[in-house]
Amino acid sequence: MLDLYSPGTSVLHRLPPAPKLLALMIGATVMFLNENLLLTAAAAMAVLALYLLAQLSLKQALAQLRPLVWIFAIFFVLQWVFSGLELAAYVVLRLAALILLASLVTLTTRSSDMIDTLTRALRILKPIGANPAKIGLAISLALRFIPVLAQITADVREAQKARGLERSVIAVAMPVAIRTLKMADDISDAIESRGYRP
Amino acid sequence: MDTKSIVYIALFAALTAALGLMPPIAFAGLGLPPITAQSLGVMLAGAVAGARRGGFALLLFIALAAVGLPLLAGGRGGIGVFFGASGGFLLAWPLSAAFIGWLLGRDRGASFVTMALYIALGGIVVMYAIGIPWMALVGKLGLTKAMAIMVAYIPGDLVKVVLATMIARGLRRAFPNL
Repeated sequence: MLDLYSPGTSVLHRLPPAPKLLALMIGATVMFLNENLLLTAAAAMAVLALYLLAQLSLKQALAQLRPLVWIFAIFFVLQWVFSGLELAAYVVLRLAALILLASLVTLTTRSSDMIDTLTRALRILKPIGANPAKIGLAISLALRFIPVLAQITADVREAQKARGLERSVIAVAMPVAIRTLKMADDISDAIESRGYRP
Repeated sequence: MDTKSIVYIALFAALTAALGLMPPIAFAGLGLPPITAQSLGVMLAGAVAGARRGGFALLLFIALAAVGLPLLAGGRGGIGVFFGASGGFLLAWPLSAAFIGWLLGRDRGASFVTMALYIALGGIVVMYAIGIPWMALVGKLGLTKAMAIMVAYIPGDLVKVVLATMIARGLRRAFPNL
């Protein structure tokens, strides 16, 4: 399955998801409360050290930040112009450290393990009416629907191409929407007719 | 919750993910993050699936993105995204969808313009009201500067509002008991 997980055998890979998520929450809170540039820089270095501990390369760490490079640039310039270089460095470093830390959890934890942990954690919501089995069904259906939707879109686009309409957004979107809703109704009938009662 | 609701929740979560596969429109040279089609999924979830199903659909979507599936536009995912500059917008998605669904649920016979207005209220106003302060906080920017950045996104969002309204109205004609 599509996943951002990077396989490995390090301590961080073997740790169950729950403590990692807890550590992330605490780490992120501390970083938000801390206003000191040097401590933030130290935290960023510590996070990079954790990447090495997880047997991930610094290149992989930097790849996590690449999509945000423009936001970093905008924040840095705005802060520099309006509030000075030190605050600019602090903001960008803090953001980078936070994202690196969170990405580290993602890189060292399989999505399936994370989903299991989530579904188990949701059991505490049972008294207020949440049903983990139904949530599980919704998760697996959603993951299955993504490629199906891509396929339906490709089919419709091809059909509209024959009519010279492949560039019209509505001419493609409308049949896709109708077909998928029809499919959703059929699927829920199929599930019910098999006596699904979670 | 009945089976049909579960299927609809899964469908609109998947729809938002599939919209992330559409190539994002980057504005060349401006150095801003690209405009993506994914907020169209938010608007459609609210307008078509209703408040409860739409809200849960987007909650499911952001949960799946948070656990590390690359479902956000450009193949991004993981918890890191929520700490980033656009994290507030993502967290606003379930609320936006639920709000649109709630407004439309109260006014079933809404005209095109009213419907577009409702979708804009949820899909732009609610989303920006949560997203912009978040961006200001994360970037220590101040609200005015964060707002100035977001002005660039309004034209794209208005296009999405019109598209969502057209699709939602078309679907209501095709499925009268939606």
